[in-house]
Amino acid sequence: MEYFLELFFGGLTRGSIYALIALGYTMVYGIIELINFAHGEIYMIGAFTGLIVAGVLTALGFPEASTLVIALMCAVIWAAAYGYTVEKVAYKPLRGAQRLSPLISAIGMSIFLQNYVMLSQTSDFLPFPELIPQFGFMERFGSTMSSSEMVIVVSTILVCIGLTLFIKFTKLGKAMRATAQNRKMAMLVGINVDMVISATFVIGSSLAAVGGVLIASHIGQINYFIGFIAGIKAFTAAVLGGIGSIPGAMLGALVLGLTEAFATGYVSSDYEDVFAFCLLVLILIFRPAGIMGKEKTQKV
Amino acid sequence: MNNPVLNVKAVEKDFGGIRALDDVDLVVHNKEIVALIGPNGAGKTTFFNCITGIYTPTGGDVLIDPTAEGNPRRINGKKPNVVTELGMARTFQNIRLFPSMTALENVMIGTHCRTKSAVWGAISRNKATRREEQAVIDRSYELLKLVGLEKYVNDLATNMPYGKQRRLEIARALATDPFLLLLDEPAAGMNPQETLDLERLIVDIRDQFSISIMLIEHDMKMVMSMSDRIYVLDYGRMIADGTPREIAENPAVIKAYLGESDD
Amino acid sequence: MVQFFLTAGCDSVGHAVRKSLLAAAWFVFLTFPLMVIKVNTIENTVVWRWENMGYVAVSIFLGSFVWRWLLARKELKEDNANEETSAEKLLTKVQSHPVLKYSALAVVALLAGLYPQVFDLYQTNIMISCLVYIVLGLGLNIVVGLAGLLDLGYVAFYAVGAYAYALCNMHWDIGFWYMLPVGGVLGTILGVMLGFPVLRLRGDYLAIVTLGFGEIIRLILENWGDVTMGPSGISNIDRPALFGVKLGITDSTIYMYYIMIGLLVFTIFCVNRLQNSRIGRAWLALREDEIACQAMGIDKVKTKLLAFALGASWAGMAGVVFAAKTTFINPASFTFWESAIILSIVVIGGMGSIRGVIAGAIILILVPEYLRDFAEFRMLLFGAIMVLVMVFRPQGLISAKRKIYKYNDTNTAGAANE
Repeated sequence: MEYFLELFFGGLTRGSIYALIALGYTMVYGIIELINFAHGEIYMIGAFTGLIVAGVLTALGFPEASTLVIALMCAVIWAAAYGYTVEKVAYKPLRGAQRLSPLISAIGMSIFLQNYVMLSQTSDFLPFPELIPQFGFMERFGSTMSSSEMVIVVSTILVCIGLTLFIKFTKLGKAMRATAQNRKMAMLVGINVDMVISATFVIGSSLAAVGGVLIASHIGQINYFIGFIAGIKAFTAAVLGGIGSIPGAMLGALVLGLTEAFATGYVSSDYEDVFAFCLLVLILIFRPAGIMGKEKTQKV
Repeated sequence: MNNPVLNVKAVEKDFGGIRALDDVDLVVHNKEIVALIGPNGAGKTTFFNCITGIYTPTGGDVLIDPTAEGNPRRINGKKPNVVTELGMARTFQNIRLFPSMTALENVMIGTHCRTKSAVWGAISRNKATRREEQAVIDRSYELLKLVGLEKYVNDLATNMPYGKQRRLEIARALATDPFLLLLDEPAAGMNPQETLDLERLIVDIRDQFSISIMLIEHDMKMVMSMSDRIYVLDYGRMIADGTPREIAENPAVIKAYLGESDD
Repeated sequence: MVQFFLTAGCDSVGHAVRKSLLAAAWFVFLTFPLMVIKVNTIENTVVWRWENMGYVAVSIFLGSFVWRWLLARKELKEDNANEETSAEKLLTKVQSHPVLKYSALAVVALLAGLYPQVFDLYQTNIMISCLVYIVLGLGLNIVVGLAGLLDLGYVAFYAVGAYAYALCNMHWDIGFWYMLPVGGVLGTILGVMLGFPVLRLRGDYLAIVTLGFGEIIRLILENWGDVTMGPSGISNIDRPALFGVKLGITDSTIYMYYIMIGLLVFTIFCVNRLQNSRIGRAWLALREDEIACQAMGIDKVKTKLLAFALGASWAGMAGVVFAAKTTFINPASFTFWESAIILSIVVIGGMGSIRGVIAGAIILILVPEYLRDFAEFRMLLFGAIMVLVMVFRPQGLISAKRKIYKYNDTNTAGAANE
């Protein structure tokens, strides 16, 4: 039972991180129908920025808790800036181009960003300082759930609630939903679509950066390649839930995280990544609209 | 003229909770020109999509009988390519040509389902393939000439003027050897002279190929002068059908169109 | 000209300079943490690399002029988007003139034939790699360039070919020449197996599923140690034998070179014939407009499957050649990066264009080989070029041209129908 719970909370943690990244995929897809391949890289850049800021602050002798907060904030700011810039450089000039073009541009961007980080920083694994504090009251859970896991799960829940409220009630949130439904109409009723798209990238990137810093602090190391696998898995989560749907992405991420945790725990850990890919292929074949997505009728 | 080539019975189509087509009946006989009219959003294109397999109707029957011999066959839910192979070819309201292929190639694509050379034939370019290929080229050129596009044979479709693109779509659809040609607003965006030429072309096609034609059109002058029969669709329901004269005098039709159009 | 360059997309030179300064400032901010700071979290030391800030500022300031100029030029050319570059004009000119065409072909053939005689073993080996990439590029070109299916797991088929030869050679001593067609067939089978379920998906889903599939294959190769030898790979694979005679390293490299030339000629021949056939036209139509394509009577899934399987068969064959050439393979040779390189060859060279793919492979594979100092920047540049090409020249270096068909004007329109 204890092993089961340990796997369960491990899965919950994974799922939380996937959710934070998957939201970015799903929001961007909802609005411009593009798989933002570079999104995983934004997550990775978020983690690196967090590491760099944390490193500088630690060297300057800051306490752990404030280091975490400042590192997180900086990671969010820079990841958002990268997300914004990527959209302006690689996607905006391609609106209205053939469908394949922005996709290839996104892959190019992803390759570029990975190598940019590798060259400007390092190709080795970097140890990430343990920033998340150990809470005394978590000790009674022993190995089933650690403090950092708790922090990750709780912050993800808070972020998801915040995002849901934001989308539902703010003016920008409403503009996003309108643009996702019909970009042309949104434009006609006076919504600044370019701004909405930029905002979507900024928000999605910020969430990914939060995920990046938290998971890096939990696992304890990062390298330039982490965005690739995390990106594919988060995408899987988004598709699983129904791409374009925000609650779907959260649910999909949860399902994927738990599936992976139990599969690696009970079946085999060698094939950790294979489970996610197989799940992806199976969903796409049998239920391409995902758990919460709606079947879209193509306009002719 | 007794057996219809297309017989649509009580077709329905729902999108989510919205009923786009409700209990629609329609019949097309051999060598007939039938027009489908109605205000914007009445469900005309949805109807085309339902009978050509792009949508699957929620209910009802779509029956075809290419030779009009009285043994109809149900084609609900068949894929678009199968429907085309069975002999119903269409054009699109918002032109859907293959933009970076030449006019000739666009028409050649239409012959795809009537030809059969495959990978081995393509690589070996054996005699049968070469013969088939030449036949396809010649036939496609003739069709281009028929619709008056011989000047544009090797031009990319995207570089052609708008009105010519509409004609190219007709030639491409004809290349599939249909018994029924479905035209979705063929005269949209054309000036009166072009519309008149198009009307002549459509009648010509019907006579020369001995096929039936159904068209969606907003240009009432054209519809009235060329159609054998007219169907009127409004809010997804068929509110009237009859000869052009009957339709022009039908109060329900006049009501549906009131303020919509003064043609 | 200079004026246009300076003020493209702006009101005046002053405006342009302000814009560029702004862009430079933005990128300085953007790249600040990653480019300037380097931390060591174990020893708690920080290295500041302020000079990088200067490089970024200057290059972005200058680059933004080029960027705006290219954007403005693209907009100007939007009306005549199919305008040829001078290189393309030259190619068209050579091709349209039979004497020029055949003499150019003869020169190319002569150069290709004499290459291993003139250059040393090292150069020949590089050239063989390049030829392998051209074949891979042409194979992927069928899938991506002609049929418009974005396949990001192409390397999986390549891996299967390579491992098939390596394993069969190791266990049963089966020779290269038997395995070359087998590799192709295996690629095809795998292509059909993967393609059948996933090809009904929308295009962008296909990209991610194939990416996942490529990774699955690699993970299996890495983890299924009993069969694949795991990460350490398989070594001592036989080089191809000439009529049953095993050759020394030098001779067999030269032999390998000619085998590759042969495979390349065969590939070009097939792809060229395919793309101007009934099947090839259906692929193009499918790429341009799926719905119209189906409405014209083309079976979408069948046509896509054909492209996918044919593309995969070339990857399978190239895999066999790769294993025979290097005599050692391991999963590290079949990562996503390989797929990305092959894709960039196709995209940058020109989707759907045989000459484009060849040019793309020569530039992307040979140039980095000779610019060893820049080797680490290779993927960075590939990524950047992919974005730039998509933004400014989506048709690639050498765009595909449509064939001009010869028709018989018989003056009997409609007669064929009666």
